[in-house]
Amino acid sequence: MNHIQNAATAHDEPVIQTRKLNLWYGDFQALYDINLNIRKGIITSLIGPSGCGKSTFLRSVNRINERLGYVRIEGSIDVMKQNVYAPEVELVQVRKQIGMVFQRPNPLPISIRDNVLFGHNLHNRDQKTSRSEQDDIMEAALRQVLLWDKVKDRLNHKGTSLSLEEQQKLCIARLIPVKPALLLMDEPCSALDPKGTEAVEELIWELRGDYSILIVTHNMAQARRASEECIFMLMGKVVEHTSTEQMFVTPKQQQTADYIEGRYG
Amino acid sequence: MNKLSIQADFDRRDFDWYLDKLMQVIVFLGGLSAIVFILGIFIFITKEGIAFIFDTMDPVEFFTSEYWYPADEDDPEYGILALIAGTASVTGLAMVVAIPFALGAAIYIGEFATGKTREFLKILVELLAAIPSVVWGFIGLSIMNPLIIKLFDVSVGLNVLNAGIILGLMAAPIMVSIAEDALKAVPDRYREAAEAMGATRWQVIYKTVLPAAKNGLLGAVLLGIGRAFGETMAVLMATGHSINLPTSIFDSVRALTATIAAELGETAVGSDHYNALFTIGIFLFAITFIINLSADLIVRGVRKG
Ligand SMILES: Nc1ncnc2c1ncn2[C@@H]1O[C@H](COP(=O)(O)OP(=O)(O)OP(=O)(O)O)[C@@H](O)[C@H]1O
Ligand SMILES: [Mg+2]
Repeated sequence: MNHIQNAATAHDEPVIQTRKLNLWYGDFQALYDINLNIRKGIITSLIGPSGCGKSTFLRSVNRINERLGYVRIEGSIDVMKQNVYAPEVELVQVRKQIGMVFQRPNPLPISIRDNVLFGHNLHNRDQKTSRSEQDDIMEAALRQVLLWDKVKDRLNHKGTSLSLEEQQKLCIARLIPVKPALLLMDEPCSALDPKGTEAVEELIWELRGDYSILIVTHNMAQARRASEECIFMLMGKVVEHTSTEQMFVTPKQQQTADYIEGRYG
Repeated sequence: MNKLSIQADFDRRDFDWYLDKLMQVIVFLGGLSAIVFILGIFIFITKEGIAFIFDTMDPVEFFTSEYWYPADEDDPEYGILALIAGTASVTGLAMVVAIPFALGAAIYIGEFATGKTREFLKILVELLAAIPSVVWGFIGLSIMNPLIIKLFDVSVGLNVLNAGIILGLMAAPIMVSIAEDALKAVPDRYREAAEAMGATRWQVIYKTVLPAAKNGLLGAVLLGIGRAFGETMAVLMATGHSINLPTSIFDSVRALTATIAAELGETAVGSDHYNALFTIGIFLFAITFIINLSADLIVRGVRKG
């Protein structure tokens, strides 16, 4: 209880703040009037039954949804007090400062080394970093995700040749050199076995404090273990947003209680 | 009737069983026929060419002499160096024209165009591939020829440049199709991952999509080379068909294929000249076989991962 109180005073500033966010895929409305204040420096988990719009919300924060071409948005999403949908915003900058981890690990079909340095090299094109500096950056990132010892002898192998757990860690490692402020994770463990899940969860927990993390999960236990605040969504709407402890012990809404107890989804 | 008293009849063969077997045989014969045809063609060409190879041919002269005078009554000479040079120069120039053009088109169709534009462009490419080669030859003869004469102030417009451009345009459509397939085979997750890292559209393409598709793209280029290399009618019409070791793109040349096409009808069956043309055929067959096989192996490598 205590650390949440502390967090509340230390991290009162929101990292994500949405106002009346509505989203349509073509004619289908997937998000309704989302008003959220997601706090800086903590892990917030996003739960809800399949199809309730968790991924949709996450993917609209870094605007990766726009790849589809038929997505329409109303309202605003402020990330660190700047509306990412403002007309003058540069997508490249948005994505540099907001890292994303996907459900299915998606390392690029290039070497492990190049995977880790991919973002770094994209965003530091003016100041050329020397090879040894790059090596240091890569090693630090791989160490932070606890992958260094496993891959240090095969940095030239393809990232796609690793096990799923290692791939997902690699996908987290490649974000680190870019120094994003916010990490979005869409069910980062759902493609992994229990051991892999545990390892990646532990890693996410390690990253807490350095980053603000918003993580979608289907796994109640994971949400409960790994997050400080929790958002429950249902059919495109936010039902409840409180501290994780409170949500799992004394949910305010009946729907939340029903979901947590496994009555649907 | 008691269910327990039913006899097992696991060896019963009904109509579907026979139909299935029949279809298997038919499909097998279909597959077999492809092999039979290839072998048949190979054997036929070899049979016709082999007499020349063993009796008349001087292999050194054949590959290193630039004099192709098979019709000389007293002292015929069979050197295909100039013909090889003709084919190689025209094919080479064709690739210089076709590779940027085809890759650009494939990237545009595969990565940028959407919906109707994309479908329209794909149909257009297919139409381009369906233009008969004699029409291309005609374009070379009656449009490119005067154009080259006027633009570059040369006396003849039927030359390496003319045929190279025509062949490049002819080879491009198949290269576009195959290159586009290769781009399409790159999983969208890679693009999404790169985009989410902050790559621009162009960075996504050249840092992620092109490296991932490189084998397929190489296969596309090889098939384009095969296409240009084996083309006959258009090169016959656009090269000028004169035996020459070209020193510039404005020289007229003669291609291996065109030589066979132009001369085979005028030789006596079984004569040295006739047999020599078949030897050129064996040579062409071997080269196209190698090109296509390597293209196939490379493209297959993509599929495996
Ligand atoms: N690309 C799309 N085009 C059209 N509709 C979509 C698309 N993606 C999602 N939807 C719809 O939007 C709604 C929300 O989907 P979303 O993927 O955000 O749900 P989710 O909460 O992430 O579900 P899950 O837990 O299964 O991942 C669903 O009804 C879904 O059918
Ligand atoms: Mg989802």
